[in-house]
Amino acid sequence: MSEEEKKDYAESPINLEYHYTAGSATTRFLNQVKEGKIVGQSCPKCSAVYVPPRGSCPRCGVATNIEVPLTDKGCIESFTIVHIPIPGNPIVPPYVCAMIRLDGANISFLHLIQGIDVEEIRIGMRIQAVWKPKDEWTHSLENIKWFTPIDEPDVDVATLRFQES
Amino acid sequence: MRKVAIVGYAQHPILENAGALNEVELIMPVVHQLFDELGISQNNIDFTCSGSCDYLQGAAFAFVEGLSAIQTNPPIKESHVEMDAAWAMYESMLKIQMGDADTALIYGFGKSSPGRLDSIISLQMDPYYISPLWPDRVSLAAIQARVLLEKNIITPEQMITAVIEARTNSKNNKNALVTELVDKEAYLASENISSPLNEFDCPPISDGSSAMIIASEEKAYEFTDHPIFIEGIDHRIESSNIGSRDLSKPSGILASIEQLKLEKIKFDVAELHTQFSHEVPYLQSVLNLSDVPTNLSGGPLVGNVMMCAGLDAIGKTYESLKSHDFTNGLAHASSGPCLQHNMLVHLEKKS
Amino acid sequence: MSDQKDLLRAPFELAYNYKRSSGPLMSKFFDALAEQKILGTKSSTGKVYAPAAEFDPETHESLSDLVEVGPGGVIESFSWIEEPKHHHLIKNPFAFALIKLDGADTSMLHMVTECDEEDLKIGSRVTANWSATIENRITDIKFFTLEK
Ligand SMILES: [Zn+2]
Repeated sequence: MSEEEKKDYAESPINLEYHYTAGSATTRFLNQVKEGKIVGQSCPKCSAVYVPPRGSCPRCGVATNIEVPLTDKGCIESFTIVHIPIPGNPIVPPYVCAMIRLDGANISFLHLIQGIDVEEIRIGMRIQAVWKPKDEWTHSLENIKWFTPIDEPDVDVATLRFQES
Repeated sequence: MRKVAIVGYAQHPILENAGALNEVELIMPVVHQLFDELGISQNNIDFTCSGSCDYLQGAAFAFVEGLSAIQTNPPIKESHVEMDAAWAMYESMLKIQMGDADTALIYGFGKSSPGRLDSIISLQMDPYYISPLWPDRVSLAAIQARVLLEKNIITPEQMITAVIEARTNSKNNKNALVTELVDKEAYLASENISSPLNEFDCPPISDGSSAMIIASEEKAYEFTDHPIFIEGIDHRIESSNIGSRDLSKPSGILASIEQLKLEKIKFDVAELHTQFSHEVPYLQSVLNLSDVPTNLSGGPLVGNVMMCAGLDAIGKTYESLKSHDFTNGLAHASSGPCLQHNMLVHLEKKS
Repeated sequence: MSDQKDLLRAPFELAYNYKRSSGPLMSKFFDALAEQKILGTKSSTGKVYAPAAEFDPETHESLSDLVEVGPGGVIESFSWIEEPKHHHLIKNPFAFALIKLDGADTSMLHMVTECDEEDLKIGSRVTANWSATIENRITDIKFFTLEK
């Protein structure tokens, strides 16, 4: 083997098998997502609403044991336009990843925006979920294909900041 | 140097499979139990430190998610060790000794049930010479057991006694996972997993969490009239190359014994992070504990939450000192293959 | 609250295809395996570490004096696995063993097979068997077997 061909590293693969269990809060949330419903969880102390919930309010360090049904409408709290393809990701760039703040929620989550020219996306824009056909619903937020703009006035995101009650 | 005391310890019941609870749901109850006992909240904690291993869950930065279990508003001073939470306690103690904090919350959590612990633990070994062979934790422990047996440092009877006593002592421990008694016949009838170790010689796969609060001397007396002081603590690590270690000579522990002047102390109780039966008589002999009640909780053989069991040894020693007419306790935490890391903690109750 | 039976579970595999550089000293060790040679390193005290160590844990000096050891050696300790589990590389009964190779002062962890548990003792002599494919990994030594 010539010096040029010689590798200066050794393959050292590792692979580990797991059985993920969702825990109580995530299970409650995903069981509703399977039915096409988005149900956040609210803090008994400060009443902040978390979606998706992890079962606790990090502001207060207590369990979020109050279920709060939410709509699938909200606004864009922030976004980025992805121009570079990510290996293994089937979506063709350019596309938009946005932090979605659902109405009534106090945190946002990441999802896709489609149905609009990427140049027109802006913070505060009103959006609504576009769901996959019902027979494709599983225990996943991928039941929502993406969010798409709706004809409602923009929101001033500064007003979304959590107000200590 | 400022003195540091333990003022509270709480342990989640050890579970075979905590699938119904995510990390946050595992940690929150023990932290709240401590806060409620002491009548405080996260606002009274100056420094928070946790111990866990992301590979157990198979999620990078799983420890950051675990942090959702505690109140982080206003923002807190926080740290994490990818080790047993006993080391998180060590870091927290140093923080208090340095004067950067007066109180510290320590927690550890481990869910071994979702993954295959044997494969996962192989990854802590040397990645060039050892990990690619996928040596499991039981086989590595068994290699040390055979050395100790061959040299008559321990006997097979002592291993059986360690198993029987652990099961018997589990009645003292409301959080123990394995409580079924075992007799010599059942032990001898058991097939080896990795000889010379059989299933009774090994700890159960365990899920759980624990938390502890420590404080400076002045602060400790605000919480309790009888704080348990950390009088001495020492941690040593031996070579990661197990082939260059003498597996029958605990050079790290011997150095700690000298450093802490342990031979001068009459211990009333000891809790050892002995995950395998042969480690019990071995460390009892090294630490000169033949007359000292050891592992009254049953120890790791009746419940062994990864990343917690070392902190639990300290916590169980604390509980023993608190609830008995005891003065001095010795706790031991370990990590790595064949007792590679060892931490000794001398706890003392002031009268 | 959810019952254990209602819980959501999903299997997943976590896999990383790490590529590891061996560095100047260990590269020589792995290159030598391709020629069916095992190398150790000798420290200024004369102690030979095998497999080749980059530093001496006792004197803390960095080591570069390579010496050939093995391929035969003596079992220092072992654990016998009658029923290998999924992650084990050998599917027949085998031992993990610490093997002190001829010419070395420290032991190397590897596997011993093609024998019964009763055949193995601390002090038994074994010798290296080689893998058909060379991957510059420790597994280029396939396993050890009892010396004939
Ligand atoms: Zn809250």
